[in-house]
Amino acid sequence: MIYFDKVTKIYSDDSVALKDVSFTVEPKEFISIVGHSGAGKTTLLKMLLAEERPTSGSVFFESTDVHSLRKSKINKLRRRIGTVFQDFKLIPNKTAYENIAFAMEAAGKTDDEIEADVPHVLNLVDLGKKIWSFPHELSGGEKQRVAIARAIVTQPDVLIADEPTGNLDPVNTFEIVRILKKVNDLGTTVILTTHNKGVIDAVGKRVITLEGGKIIKDDKHGKYIL
Amino acid sequence: MLWTNTKRIVRTGFINFWRNGFVSLASIVVVTMSLVVFASLIFFNILMTEYVNQVKEKVDVNVYFTVSAPVEDILTLKRSLEGLPEVANVEYVSRDEALARFKEKHADDALTLQGLQELQENPLPAVLNVKAKEPSQYGSVAKFLESKNALGRDGTAIVESVNYNKNKIIIDKLVKIIDMSEKLGLGLSLILVFVSIVITFNTIRLVIYSAREEISVMRLVGASNKYIRGPFVVAGVMYGVISALITLALFYPITFYIGEFTRNFGAGVNLLHYYAINFGQIFLIIISSGILLGAISSYLAVRRYLNV
Repeated sequence: MIYFDKVTKIYSDDSVALKDVSFTVEPKEFISIVGHSGAGKTTLLKMLLAEERPTSGSVFFESTDVHSLRKSKINKLRRRIGTVFQDFKLIPNKTAYENIAFAMEAAGKTDDEIEADVPHVLNLVDLGKKIWSFPHELSGGEKQRVAIARAIVTQPDVLIADEPTGNLDPVNTFEIVRILKKVNDLGTTVILTTHNKGVIDAVGKRVITLEGGKIIKDDKHGKYIL
Repeated sequence: MLWTNTKRIVRTGFINFWRNGFVSLASIVVVTMSLVVFASLIFFNILMTEYVNQVKEKVDVNVYFTVSAPVEDILTLKRSLEGLPEVANVEYVSRDEALARFKEKHADDALTLQGLQELQENPLPAVLNVKAKEPSQYGSVAKFLESKNALGRDGTAIVESVNYNKNKIIIDKLVKIIDMSEKLGLGLSLILVFVSIVITFNTIRLVIYSAREEISVMRLVGASNKYIRGPFVVAGVMYGVISALITLALFYPITFYIGEFTRNFGAGVNLLHYYAINFGQIFLIIISSGILLGAISSYLAVRRYLNV
């Protein structure tokens, strides 16, 4: 489904973010990408979202080379990939409902679909009572659950979670892991980056370990080795 | 889908406008200041044009004929002058008319009137008062009068004198002052309009800079550029419309207070009356300037953050 083919990324200051990275992600797979800060985890995800261009190599989403897409087609690719970030990235002047509805509007859903699906997905992440709350009225865990709800509401093929538990306490961390596993069980491919050992152990699935921009280990039932 | 998207963009623009109250207020203040400058320039140019027109109106060239010049020859010359492209109009004052006007003008001056009576015949010549379309064109009118065209049918000179040469220095100065004031007015207007546009554009750019994170999130959830940009442009239009209404409201008391002054000491134009009579036109100019200023500034400012 996703194929990174010898991807290298060197920034303008000559720092190497990724070096000759190749791996494949199968449909419905759950992959954890681990590594220290600066190992290249976020750059790798940005490559898949076409936010960054590789210096060499290619990234394929199904049979499409992501970086050969015209600008106008990139937003269509992004609608097939849900994203969750460490800093939540919710739109501050929109309520929980509006943040999720916006993703659906962007994907061209009808008003009826939005009215039906947004409350449903907020209930799935146990936020049915916070539907009209603004981000500043929510706790960190609640914000992250809204972000997950926004990422999955359009039923994307892939869910990318970049350090989603980085700003959360242990209780909320495992709540988020539980939700991500549930999303994966329902058939969505999940790519998670983290350097939280507890998260890796709780997921218990394939782990790719990055160091200095290189893959040093790709283990089917991996453990946190750093 | 187009209608649904348009509806959503407009709704989101309105919601963002209200929720970002302070930012919207700051933008409205700046756009209003720009529009006040625009409106002031409109009124300034009206006063200036009116003033210049009045000065132009006061300038003319008088052609004095010999006492013996036949009326037919004078009227032939009048028709020739009217045929010149530079001439706006020509007024014929017969000898009798000139005498009547002289008497009227000096009605209180018994000595002059007595002197005139003692002469027993009308000493005043017929006159043609010539008005050119522009003060700078009097030179060519004067040349025409000095040429053979100004001779009588029998070839004798019928023109006694033309007061152009006497007034030439004043007319030339006036032409220069009018020309300079028009250029200065235009230059000043252009500079002020440019400065206002730059200030407005930069304010709206700052507003959108504060929303850059929001824009990046919208891009990441797959929103199209049009869909991201739309609400910002709608908010920009709202800044423009509200600022225009404030500007139009502000100019009522302003013109009310300075209207009498401009009538008495300016160009004889009461700005309040002018504003009331031409309100529709001024409304359209100010409101469309506000909308264009807000919308274009927002459009350009968002574009910067839409590059993938």
